Amino acid sequence: MKILEINNSRKHFGDLEVLKDISLSVEKNQVVSIIGPSGSGKSTLLRCATLLETLDGGDLIYLGDYAAKADENGNAVYAAPEELKKIKMNFGLVFQNFNLFPHYSVLKNVMEAPVLVQKRNKDEVKEEAMELLRKMGLEDKADAYPFQLSGGQQQRVSIARALAMKPNILFFDEPTSALDPELTGEILKVIKDLAAEHMTMVIVTHEMAFARDVSDYIIFMDGGVIVEEGTPDQVINHPTQERTKLFLSRFKND
Amino acid sequence: MSLSIMLSQLSVGMVRAVGIFALTLLFSLPLGMLVAFARMSKNGIIKNIARVYISVLRGTPLMLQLLVVYFAPFYLWHANIGGYRFAAVILGFTLNYAAYFAEIYRGGIQSVPQGQYEAAQVLGYSKSQTFFRIVLPQVVKNILPAVTNEVITLVKDTSLAFALAYQEVFTLAKQIAAAQTNFIPFVVAGIFYYVFNVLVAFVMERIEHKMDYYR
Repeated sequence: MKILEINNSRKHFGDLEVLKDISLSVEKNQVVSIIGPSGSGKSTLLRCATLLETLDGGDLIYLGDYAAKADENGNAVYAAPEELKKIKMNFGLVFQNFNLFPHYSVLKNVMEAPVLVQKRNKDEVKEEAMELLRKMGLEDKADAYPFQLSGGQQQRVSIARALAMKPNILFFDEPTSALDPELTGEILKVIKDLAAEHMTMVIVTHEMAFARDVSDYIIFMDGGVIVEEGTPDQVINHPTQERTKLFLSRFKND
Repeated sequence: MSLSIMLSQLSVGMVRAVGIFALTLLFSLPLGMLVAFARMSKNGIIKNIARVYISVLRGTPLMLQLLVVYFAPFYLWHANIGGYRFAAVILGFTLNYAAYFAEIYRGGIQSVPQGQYEAAQVLGYSKSQTFFRIVLPQVVKNILPAVTNEVITLVKDTSLAFALAYQEVFTLAKQIAAAQTNFIPFVVAGIFYYVFNVLVAFVMERIEHKMDYYR
């Protein structure tokens, strides 16, 4: 079952074409990593998929529901706001800079959206939120505020916040790029645990060894196009494109 | 004139000064928010109206503005402005302080990182939920020191109601001092403004302290 489908997506900022005819699909339980140099368009792709940016052209489909549908000229036409609001509940996003709400306790950060947006029962949500925090090793931090936590802890809270919405697919936008190297490992472990539980995920990352270990499928992007894609073994261990080889050679010391 | 009579006359003016202060805040704090939104509007006309409003109100003396607000109805339409004095004082102060508060709000709103809006958007918050639950609480914390400054200035500015001969404490002090050739009323007025501001500073500090639970 396809959770996410993007067909022939296009996006430009001014004169710069950031996405040129990108297509990808993500099956249920699949972990897809997107790698590539800065400015390759991978973050823009993620931002378009999560409706933070709008596509100029192409389809964006979650579980068969069109968030955007290409018209006869290929231009993306977005669904009505109510429809988009429903579609939005399919995905969660973990940001590079966490973007926790600083004036809320850890528990409130995790609990508010399910109660406020999804109108779920507060006691049930609280129980689930505490369970998620336990899973993240943060049950003793429920009443703490984000500024009192390390970067790694903050990122785990933001993962818990995304999971509390019970998304069908979880996006990660360079989840370890704002962290010290020694804190990176704890986030990568959390993501690996989620993969082991068959969470459907799309991860934009610079951690090549991690991408190889955790992913079912890897996409290498450069200059707004998909240069190479396939299994981790194909893309990371046996790349066929010169551009991919050059990019990966910089990470050989991993 | 005995000191107690003098004090009792001045105390009437003190109550009036507090009245100007309280009513000005009551009206200008929300009005400033509207002006700030207008100033940040995507609509160019609304944005420029707000820009000119702020520029003029901040760029001309409050005393002059009070005179304009009070006398304009008479000069423009020969309206009877007999019972309008107090309303003119409050209107003049409100229009002026709203301009200052608008710029403070705008700075506070723009200092909330874009990521806060994006996180709320992905979690499905509506625009108004995002503003009232995520943005506004952070704005309030950000702008408190600047608002404290304005509020302290307002305490002293209430004396400008003198320009419209509104009988608040400064106007009365000047009248009594002139009639009695006595310096004491000025001292009393000075002590009043100072104590008022010490109280304001104390209260604002308490509020700021309450916001210290997060960074």
